[in-house]
Amino acid sequence: MMEILRCTVNNKPVELGIDPRESLADTLRQRLGLTSVKKGCEVGECGACTVLVDGVAIDSCIYLSVWAQGKTILTVEGLQNENGELTPLQKAFVEEAAVQCGFCTPGIIMSAVEIVGSGKLYTRDELRKLISGHLCRCTGYENILNAVERAVNEAHKFVGEKE
Amino acid sequence: MEVGRSIPRVDAADKVTGRAKYTDDLCPRPVLEAKILHSTIANGWVKSMDISAAQALPGVVKVLTCFDVPDLQYPTPGHPWSVEKAHQDVSDRKLLSRRVRIYGDDIAAVVAEDEVTAQRALELIRVEYEEYPVMLEPEQAMAPGAVAIHDEHPDNILAKMDLRTPITDPRYENVEQVLEDETLCQFRGHYETQQVQHCHIENPVSFAWMEGGRIHVVTSTQIPHIVRRVIGQALGIGWGGVRVIKPYIGGGFGNKQEVLYEPLNAWLTTQVGGRCVRLDVSREETFRNTRSRHPISFDVAAAVDKQGRLMARSCTAISNQGGYASHGNAIVANAVTGFRQLYPDQVGHHSTAYTVYTNRPAPGAMRGYGIPQCNFAAECMMEDIALKFGFDPIQLRLKNIMPLGYVDPFNGITCHSTGLRECILKGAETIGWEALRAQYKNQTGPVRRGVGMACFSYKTGVYPISLETASARMVLNQDGTVGLQLGATEIGQGGDTVFCQMAAESIGIPTEDIHIISFQDTDTAPFDTGAYASRQTYVTGKAIQKVGAQFRQKLLDYAAELFPEAEGLTIARRFVTDGAGEKLLSLADLATTAFYSLEHSVHITAEDTNHCKENTFAFGCCFAQVEVDIPVGKVKVLRLINVHDSGRLINPALAAAQVHGGMSMGMGYALTEEMKLDPKTGKLLNGNLLDYKMPTAMDHPDLTALFVETEDPSGPFGNKALGEPPAIPVAPAIRNAVLNATGVAVNTLPLSAQKLVEEFTKGGLIGHV
Repeated sequence: MMEILRCTVNNKPVELGIDPRESLADTLRQRLGLTSVKKGCEVGECGACTVLVDGVAIDSCIYLSVWAQGKTILTVEGLQNENGELTPLQKAFVEEAAVQCGFCTPGIIMSAVEIVGSGKLYTRDELRKLISGHLCRCTGYENILNAVERAVNEAHKFVGEKE
Repeated sequence: MEVGRSIPRVDAADKVTGRAKYTDDLCPRPVLEAKILHSTIANGWVKSMDISAAQALPGVVKVLTCFDVPDLQYPTPGHPWSVEKAHQDVSDRKLLSRRVRIYGDDIAAVVAEDEVTAQRALELIRVEYEEYPVMLEPEQAMAPGAVAIHDEHPDNILAKMDLRTPITDPRYENVEQVLEDETLCQFRGHYETQQVQHCHIENPVSFAWMEGGRIHVVTSTQIPHIVRRVIGQALGIGWGGVRVIKPYIGGGFGNKQEVLYEPLNAWLTTQVGGRCVRLDVSREETFRNTRSRHPISFDVAAAVDKQGRLMARSCTAISNQGGYASHGNAIVANAVTGFRQLYPDQVGHHSTAYTVYTNRPAPGAMRGYGIPQCNFAAECMMEDIALKFGFDPIQLRLKNIMPLGYVDPFNGITCHSTGLRECILKGAETIGWEALRAQYKNQTGPVRRGVGMACFSYKTGVYPISLETASARMVLNQDGTVGLQLGATEIGQGGDTVFCQMAAESIGIPTEDIHIISFQDTDTAPFDTGAYASRQTYVTGKAIQKVGAQFRQKLLDYAAELFPEAEGLTIARRFVTDGAGEKLLSLADLATTAFYSLEHSVHITAEDTNHCKENTFAFGCCFAQVEVDIPVGKVKVLRLINVHDSGRLINPALAAAQVHGGMSMGMGYALTEEMKLDPKTGKLLNGNLLDYKMPTAMDHPDLTALFVETEDPSGPFGNKALGEPPAIPVAPAIRNAVLNATGVAVNTLPLSAQKLVEEFTKGGLIGHV
């Protein structure tokens, strides 16, 4: 029944046995201990399990682990640099009071990594649309948008396209 | 000053790095997986069950049914236990039930080696039912001859309450006479609210095992000490035989102020030799089998004099309790009380409240505890009175709001401070009320705009209705920092952060030097009933203040031993100083000395309980600006402003964040959220996050949270309730804005597109142009 999955997780090569029916969320949580990957619905409705696969944000609860063969996966655990500092995006979440219960936080941060990494600037309404796949009941999204907007603007200074 | 600082949350870094552990993150694996069999009827009995095929499936450890559970009924609400039998919660639930009361009731459980096997086993169980008619509405359940859902309540009425305030005008004998006095402006209305769900993003998962002859349960709860007690009651064992651990939790909003599946999980582990059992709860089960907000219908009447003073009102509320009592009549009682308190009537008030069992998924506590429901009725009514008799809606409210010094005639709760008037004026100014109201007069065309508002009052904690008690423990570390341990719980609201600020303020040290233990373990955490009723900053705050003062004194006493000549010792930041402000020694040196002194070694700690016998009112209002697309019934909220008087703010940035969340929840309540049931089967039709429409980021305007800070003399730091209030006034404010835009008064929630098209058609805005 088991299959071998070879992929890169948080910048490290990984080789492990998986059940072919298994979701990537379960593989990351249960076999690799990456519990930042949260499960709120298990059917791709809430966005709490979002991770990046080859740089693209996906719901890992409806992504079979076998599909990740040879791919590169990033979770929140892989964001901090070697000396343990928070990234500017994580700092923005802390300082803008964008975190409350924290359950949706890692997933939204991963979507925001993709957004910020694009190097583009976005209007507030565009950001609303880009994070609308994430449900949050604590914040009304207000401070989350403030944090993402701040990180987008900060990143744009360094990697932004010329306007 | 540590109180009043907008410091970042103490748990923020752990949450943005994924390091913060929630229940399922801590579960050992492999683990036995439990799954529950839910009934496919809404009302009736399980006559028999064939579990042979399920039991024979490889990987199945145990199949347990409603015929196997202890014959014990237990209560589930997160109330403090009452030692008086008359005040104890209704015990109407068993671990698994032969009597089926809702579609999807818990009738059996499978424990298996993995989830897939457990699920397959459920599908192999054959059930034979005896079926009764489905009753989803109180009128059906209260009709003569209706089947009793619980034998203890043959008429399906769980409880009834009837309260009349003393009549203050000798010309009248009772409220009804005032409500028939033709010299007054008379108003009658009917308003209804719908059933909605909390939608915390973490489902209420738990895992349980036996160790040392006791049951250990890790669970996502707001109320660990209460969970311990109820597990003991449900299993018929000593409460000390149960240990409950509460890690970080992914939101609660009142749903986890209920003992949900913890007792079942605790019992399951005892049935499999104490091996660890994980009971996952799916999103669909969370919708159907955990709690929700009560649908309540209100029949109201008011008599208003020509100056716009409320002379008398009556309010009859019928609360739909679904299949199980949960918090029972407490919620509708709170609703009619809140309806009465916001605007004390000049002559008298009459409240009647019924709680009725039906076959709906059972509602329970949800942010605001009945007040969002009554506030919809109260604030729609004020708007409708203003419109009908030509009063200015803001002036009408200002004329009638609860005055400073108000004392509730029944429970004695007193208005110790109020900034409600200032909140209303601030909100009106911020949104530009006068100009917008003028601008929105005489609109035509399919797209129109409007502004509306609503205000509220909300008590702080549950005294004197129930016990209010909180304990705190402070422990000195060797480096002069302080460990803080509480039974009060962090549930996402920011409790841990403000507790640290309060402790720091009380001792006189920086907040950064307080290390809070976020997780509660009932074996070691001091007793506190938990997170609900917006009580913790007030009730637990008093305990922190009390213990902080004791702890500070112990530090100073020890310093006095070291410096017998010094006078006027005090703590300034991280030092003990004398009366002249001279630094005598650092707290770090004091701590190390106290730990390891060869003359006098002592671990400096302080612990105490504060039995709180006070309460106070928080206030606030919401202003909404909307755009209504009449032909398609779509409401776009353009601007939403909440203004709150929650006394002094402990952490203004976190307070604003919490207000945003409440406004968001209120917006969903106003416009899109509703648990929809099939009237024939009682089956929940939209019990998932796709079909149940909670607002996404795209559905929100920018949210404005403002405050009028008062200094409440009863609050430990001048503070009062904040957690629940932001959700309260939003729905009526939006409804009143839609009324302002269109002239159509919608008296039921939610203001969904379908309903609005129907109402606009009735109102002549569609199809008659």
